[in-house]
Amino acid sequence: MTSAEISRRTILSASGAAALVGLLGACGTNTGRGGGGQTIEQWYHAYGEPGVQQAVERYAKAYDKATVNVQWNPGDYDSKLSAGLLAGGVPDVFEASLEISAVRSGQVVPLDDVIGSAKDDFTATILAGHTVDGQVYGIPQAVDMQMLFYRKSMFDKAGVHPPTGVDELIDAAKRLTTGGVKGLFAGNDGGVAVLGGPSLWSVGLDYVTPEHEVGFDEPEAAFAISKLRELYASGAVLQGAVKDWAEPDAFTQGLVAMQWTGLWTVPAVQKALGDDFGVLPWPRLDGAGRPSVPVGAFGAMVNAKSQHVEEAKAFVKWLWIDRTDFQEDFNLSYGFHIPPRQSLAAKADKLTKGAASDAVRFVRDNAKSSNPPDWIPSMKTAFGDAVSRVVREGADPGTELKAAVQKARDELKRLYG
Amino acid sequence: MRRADTRAFWLFVGPFALGLLAFVYVPIGWSVLLSFFDARNTVTPTDFVGLANYVDMLSDGPFLRSLGTFSLFALFIVPLTFVLSLGLALLVNGITVMQAFFRSVFFLPAACSYVVASLVWKLSIFNGVRYGLANTVLGWFGVDPVAWIGSTDPPWYWLVLVTLRLWLQVGFYLILFLAGLQRIPKHLYEAAWIDGAKPGWQTLRHITLPQLRTTSVAVLLLNLIAAYQAFDEFYNVMGSAQGYPPFARPPLVYLYYTSLGSGGQDFGHGGAGAVLLALVIVAVTLLQGKVILR
Repeated sequence: MTSAEISRRTILSASGAAALVGLLGACGTNTGRGGGGQTIEQWYHAYGEPGVQQAVERYAKAYDKATVNVQWNPGDYDSKLSAGLLAGGVPDVFEASLEISAVRSGQVVPLDDVIGSAKDDFTATILAGHTVDGQVYGIPQAVDMQMLFYRKSMFDKAGVHPPTGVDELIDAAKRLTTGGVKGLFAGNDGGVAVLGGPSLWSVGLDYVTPEHEVGFDEPEAAFAISKLRELYASGAVLQGAVKDWAEPDAFTQGLVAMQWTGLWTVPAVQKALGDDFGVLPWPRLDGAGRPSVPVGAFGAMVNAKSQHVEEAKAFVKWLWIDRTDFQEDFNLSYGFHIPPRQSLAAKADKLTKGAASDAVRFVRDNAKSSNPPDWIPSMKTAFGDAVSRVVREGADPGTELKAAVQKARDELKRLYG
Repeated sequence: MRRADTRAFWLFVGPFALGLLAFVYVPIGWSVLLSFFDARNTVTPTDFVGLANYVDMLSDGPFLRSLGTFSLFALFIVPLTFVLSLGLALLVNGITVMQAFFRSVFFLPAACSYVVASLVWKLSIFNGVRYGLANTVLGWFGVDPVAWIGSTDPPWYWLVLVTLRLWLQVGFYLILFLAGLQRIPKHLYEAAWIDGAKPGWQTLRHITLPQLRTTSVAVLLLNLIAAYQAFDEFYNVMGSAQGYPPFARPPLVYLYYTSLGSGGQDFGHGGAGAVLLALVIVAVTLLQGKVILR
């Protein structure tokens, strides 16, 4: 329903096993140091990959200016975090996507002095996702992105080329649908949740413009969404898979020839299919559009109600700006992320080959923010509802989008006046 | 003596009343209070907006649609549950052997968690791929796999949701009906038979049903409230990490996404919606009570 928010949470919420593993280590870890007498509470959501928890605890222990308590939060991290921020001063430091409402209600502090001159080293699209009214509120930790995976052998057999346009993609999906294999899998909702954004970008539009106007109040938006309907109605899209789009199972089990999923699945896909797959951005639809990949990153933030704002900021600067060795380790040693700092991404061996190097190139050339701070939940709901009604129920795209535009316009007016 | 009684009263009732006050009444009062404020990302708002949140919710398409959908859902699920659980209760009450066994068997699903049942329905019985249980059965007859939860035309997801709810709740209401049936004095039936009434429809219509009236009213009311409060199985079957589709969306799920779901935090509108939903439930319940107890 809402635009895809890419983070490791997505996978986790689909993976009970990972949550269970997380549960075993659910308790906060006191690093047992006297330090400078201050204690900083730092919260993470439970990453699915083994080793991340131990790694972040190791980083915390290495900090000598204060004691840092790492709390690992399996389960519904979002709700727990919002309750914590509402209630008061715990946590001091946490990871999250930035929402403009958190800035407007004074829950987070600006970190411009923390990021300092390192600002230019961060990928611009990623940093924009942590910037409101020109101020930076989160230091990006690790980049996640989504893209289109395709099975080379199936394409060869059907004599289909990797699509460079949306119409080609629909045609390919149809031709690849044969005997128990569907052309494309993009989620059990038929791609409604994850393909809304890429569709807007495919005709050169966006959720919200830099001038804080509604970005999809154009007839082309309706045309772009009608293409998703065309794809859905063609019968070439898989629905009702056991695992949703965030996991590669439908693709690796050969149920589909293409799947829209995330960078994080690359190791699993490689293991299952070897070299028999390639990756693509979502193609463009018309001359105004460009191929696109949605990107997002959790950022390290400081709670404005914290009793130790300055100490917390110093810790964030130390971990997420100064200690590039830890940032590299965090991004590359466990799961499969792209470091948000270009200087680190450039020298990462793991990202120079195959699908990973394509992904790095897409992030450089085709990145679109999957979750801009002022694309707020009520707008996402209105837009997602409209896309869902068009794609899954065949409603008129013009009429449906008009209602979403109205809602988004009201909210933007409230936010920016 | 009297003094000791009072102390005992507070000793036993106190902790419970305190818990009720702290975790039920205060939050209810607080959310009513919040509904008159612009309360985004705060539970101690300062920006009084009067009835603006109510006006917004009453002109809010998705919220009104969800109320409409669930009035329809109630119209459908309440009689269905009523008839099924009453029918089963009559059958179980009628048998003389293994009554306890059947009673337990029918009641067992009520002990199952909604979340667990939702996952079983979603992932194994009604998944959309060819090896799902329902699709395997269809496969024997040469029918193509159906995307039970994904497809909107026809809306198969209702089949999934309704069968799930029936499986979970029929057993519970069956027990209520059984208790009601066993309280009907035997001599009423004996008197009727002596007067020439035939066992079966005639006694059911003129003795059993009238005697069950209080039980029936309770079952109908509980059922109706449960229909409007639908959340668990809908959230777990239809929802995904990306959110919830605009169809089959219960009012509570919509309010959850407005005020609590990932980053929504709009307690003003959420509170107003909750109050409106409560008013609807009260109104419908009173109306229903009036019609039945006429």
